[in-house]
Amino acid sequence: MTETMDQIFVLLKHRILAHSPVSVQPIFSAALSAIAILVVFATLFALTTILERKGLGRFQNRYGPNRVGPFGLLQPLADGLKSLTKEDIVPHSADGVVHMLAPIVLVVAAFLGYAVLPLGRNMTAINLDAGLLYFFAASSVVELAIFMAGWSSRNKYSLLGAMRAIAQMISYEVPLILSTITAVMAAGSLSTGAIVESQTGYSGIWPHWFVFTPWGFAGFVLFMIAGIAESNRSPFDLPEGESEIIAGYFVEYSGFKFALFFLGEYIGMFAICGLAITLFLGGWAAPFSFLTWAPSYFWFFAKLLVLIAMLIWVRATLPRLRMDQLMNFAWKFMLPMALINLFAASTWHFTPPGAIRWIVGTILIAVPYLLLGRGLMQSNKLEKRTYRFAD
Amino acid sequence: MSFAIIAVFTVAGALAAMTLRNLVHCVLALVVAFTGLAGLYLQLGAQFVGFAQILVYVGAVAILIVFAMLLTQSHEPLAHLTVAPGWVTSSLVAVAVFVILAWSIRSSAVGARSIQPRPEITVRNIGDSLMSQFVVPLEVTGLLLTAALVGAVTIAMREQRMNR
Repeated sequence: MTETMDQIFVLLKHRILAHSPVSVQPIFSAALSAIAILVVFATLFALTTILERKGLGRFQNRYGPNRVGPFGLLQPLADGLKSLTKEDIVPHSADGVVHMLAPIVLVVAAFLGYAVLPLGRNMTAINLDAGLLYFFAASSVVELAIFMAGWSSRNKYSLLGAMRAIAQMISYEVPLILSTITAVMAAGSLSTGAIVESQTGYSGIWPHWFVFTPWGFAGFVLFMIAGIAESNRSPFDLPEGESEIIAGYFVEYSGFKFALFFLGEYIGMFAICGLAITLFLGGWAAPFSFLTWAPSYFWFFAKLLVLIAMLIWVRATLPRLRMDQLMNFAWKFMLPMALINLFAASTWHFTPPGAIRWIVGTILIAVPYLLLGRGLMQSNKLEKRTYRFAD
Repeated sequence: MSFAIIAVFTVAGALAAMTLRNLVHCVLALVVAFTGLAGLYLQLGAQFVGFAQILVYVGAVAILIVFAMLLTQSHEPLAHLTVAPGWVTSSLVAVAVFVILAWSIRSSAVGARSIQPRPEITVRNIGDSLMSQFVVPLEVTGLLLTAALVGAVTIAMREQRMNR
């Protein structure tokens, strides 16, 4: 029974495929997986918008949306209908074709990454040998889509926003990829499926997730920080910066295209969270050995919701960074820490299991962290900022 | 069939990158050509090269070209198609070079060689050989790139100081 519940979607897919002619089965199989991913994550997007607005409302001591449906739960539906019926305005001097293509490229690129995420046991759409590389290749297209949007609008604010977004995403891509390498080293594979498989065991009731090692914990924290920056979310939402450049690269978009940008941003965020779960939080594996009766996909989505809640919390708590703080943080703190973490992970790999490994691993990460943090705080003279052009 | 589709995409992208008047459009067309090349690699079963092609060329090189263009270009795109003087001669030279190369390859002993069975190339194999057989070239490349990075930062810093 447990087994059937766990594999119910896989069995369902096989049942449907068995009734279709052999010649179209590969295409049909891919289409089924793609439709499932599209439907599930678009629904999750709708759910997250209402959760986020409600949550932010609570953090800011107000109610949040509460007019549409019970407790405002139908708000996403109303938002969707509104964006569908709104007029699509294209600026007179905009580059029509590129302006139209940009949101499409963005959403397609954001969805492509899901093909390699293991959403449950045997529930990876395509189990690629170079899965992680594929994920980063797909997400690197997002930068291009953002540039297309910013440039084609012929608006200085959108171009500035796009430039900010690209500079930020390129800077944070380096620590993002470097922090994933630790997990790749431990699993010995670039395939997302193999990385999850290597974390499935239990010692006693405790799982073998990579986050429960010194390098895994540091890698997870670095990955999440870089991931938030990569998906342009608060506190790294300078590309949008309402107070200075209105809404950044999508300021000239309205109606459904605007909704597509919104969708792309959230889909990218879920993908980064899903990858963090795959790499460090054991993917679809249950958190304790006595909880393995629950279906694997349940655990994946439970972890995903926890991470989303964490991101909403971060958004409500932290103010937006300044551009120089953003860049200094990326190159002076994140990059050295990611490299040190890589070193700590390889040391862990070559020392025999036991207490020494834990002590050495913790020291190798904690000491550089403290020194680096202290050093940066000291050199960061906290005084009145002098402006070069604004004075 | 899939080869034909990808090839048409790649060639069309490359042609558009040469002929379009707006430079940004050229870059976007070039991206189509890069993606088509990645598709060709994937079709040949070279996953690592294919994804690395997208990661490096679409994610980095195209963005680099865009940045370079936006930081230097200050004029509007030209209203008419620009053709370099002497394009007839240069295209003749290009065709001649192609014909000579193709003819020499056709007539060489390469075509007579029997096709080796394709080895099963996994990402693991690539990683193993990069870390054992080709570790010195890899390190040298890394060192060279780091030196270039440091040099670029140094030049940029000096300019900033001179501006002040």
